[in-house]
Amino acid sequence: MSIKGKAYIAGIYEHPTRLAKDLSLAQIHAEVAKGALEDAGLTKDDVDGYFCAGDAPGLGPMSMVEYMGLKVRHVDSTDTGGSSYVLHVGHAAEAIAAGKCKVALITLAGRPRAEGMATGTVPRSRGGTPTPDEPFEFPYGPTVVNMYAMCAMRHMHEFGTTSEQLAWIKVAASHHAQYNPHALLKDVVTVEDVVNSPMISDPLHRLDCCVITDGGGAIVVVAPEIAAKLKQPKIKLLGASEFIKTQMGGKVDLTYSGARFTGAAAFAEAGVKPADIKYASIYDSFTITVLMQLEDLGFCEKGQGGRFVADGNLISGTGKLPFNTDGGGLCSNHPANRGGLTKVLEAVRQLRGEAHPKVQVKNCDLAIAHGTGGSLGLRHGSATVILERE
Amino acid sequence: MADTKERKLPAPAISPETQAYWDAAGKGKLLVKKCTACGEAHHYPRPICPFCFSDKTEWTEASGKGTIYSFSVMRRAPVPYAMAYVTLAEGPRMVTNIVDCDFDKLKCDQPVKLVFKPTDGGPPLPMFTPA
Ligand SMILES: [Zn+2]
Repeated sequence: MSIKGKAYIAGIYEHPTRLAKDLSLAQIHAEVAKGALEDAGLTKDDVDGYFCAGDAPGLGPMSMVEYMGLKVRHVDSTDTGGSSYVLHVGHAAEAIAAGKCKVALITLAGRPRAEGMATGTVPRSRGGTPTPDEPFEFPYGPTVVNMYAMCAMRHMHEFGTTSEQLAWIKVAASHHAQYNPHALLKDVVTVEDVVNSPMISDPLHRLDCCVITDGGGAIVVVAPEIAAKLKQPKIKLLGASEFIKTQMGGKVDLTYSGARFTGAAAFAEAGVKPADIKYASIYDSFTITVLMQLEDLGFCEKGQGGRFVADGNLISGTGKLPFNTDGGGLCSNHPANRGGLTKVLEAVRQLRGEAHPKVQVKNCDLAIAHGTGGSLGLRHGSATVILERE
Repeated sequence: MADTKERKLPAPAISPETQAYWDAAGKGKLLVKKCTACGEAHHYPRPICPFCFSDKTEWTEASGKGTIYSFSVMRRAPVPYAMAYVTLAEGPRMVTNIVDCDFDKLKCDQPVKLVFKPTDGGPPLPMFTPA
């Protein structure tokens, strides 16, 4: 059984805040849920499936279903870090196809800025019973940034990728972010700005990193018979795939991500190929994340990502593959340190023709959204969805 | 930039399945788990082989030789340090640090050798330095 054509994205909402000092975590979840349901033309009482991940307070669905006053017959709190919400879109389609729900609500919220969380540069132990890897990793000081940096270092070594090529990814995101009134960073930056920004963990500079923001977002996925009655353009799910990439018992390979598998599977299910894609939402925790995923999804050959992203090739209106036209995690928003949900949102805006006119892709009828969660250099979850405007 | 300032290392959390590994570390030895069913060595060590799922795994002593697969110098830490994956001569790649060296001269594929560094109240950690 395939999920192709079995579900539609009917509602989306992105919280405008980037600093949520006066909002509780549960409140942000509820506000984005309300926003996405209103966008779809549905009410809370229409929701019969609820999806959330580790950012939700308490025991995920139990706490939030009660708080929002939902009555649902299907829940899923699969947590694969920032990729969770892309994965949830696929799981929602599976549940809808199996008749387990008809209106699935997915929410994300977080307030790492308000909480003053040291996000990227401090090693974190999860506490409690250690994960099996923890004794062999945590004492050495792995952080978010240095583990992604090791992928970049090896990519440079094997393929000759340069810091200037990586910088083009931030440059493209900044060109898009200037038109997003909610973006945290609205200034257009140059390649020189990126490579001259302070080195955080070689070879990644401060401007190779994403922003740290509070906020959240929500997605409403519905059955075809529900989508047919709603006001929004029909955004159909064509393909979805997920994968967990690990250290493979010590056969570590930092040159590729799980996107190699999720891209191939999602494209096969959708019956389309990378060259058909008009717009790409690509997870952008760091510039290297984007570069590796573009290769692994098949937009260019392995090792050619540096050449592919250079010279503005990701800038809408200029390049061949417009990406992250809201400014992405690199410039606009990375709520809860989890950027997967906002990737789906901008893909839907592009397919509806609701992106900012300066970045809207012409005749945008086919888009991809891809997420990476966890650590690219340790173990990570990958999820891909391919969406079509009907 | 030389690695001269003192960096405090947290003690690893020890479980029954990895006690032998940390006992050996205390004696200056790095152990690698090897599967007698499929012949593959793996890291981090597990009683059940992650390649063939056999429980016939045994501890073997590593030679202490390896090469840097990748690394990154964490410049923003109070005391900068070099995070790394080292490819052991025995096969597996392990998360570690490169120490006692000029961080600016590190390179991928560079040969390294085993050293141990003390932790805060626990067994020492296997690390590597340029060979
Ligand atoms: Zn085996």
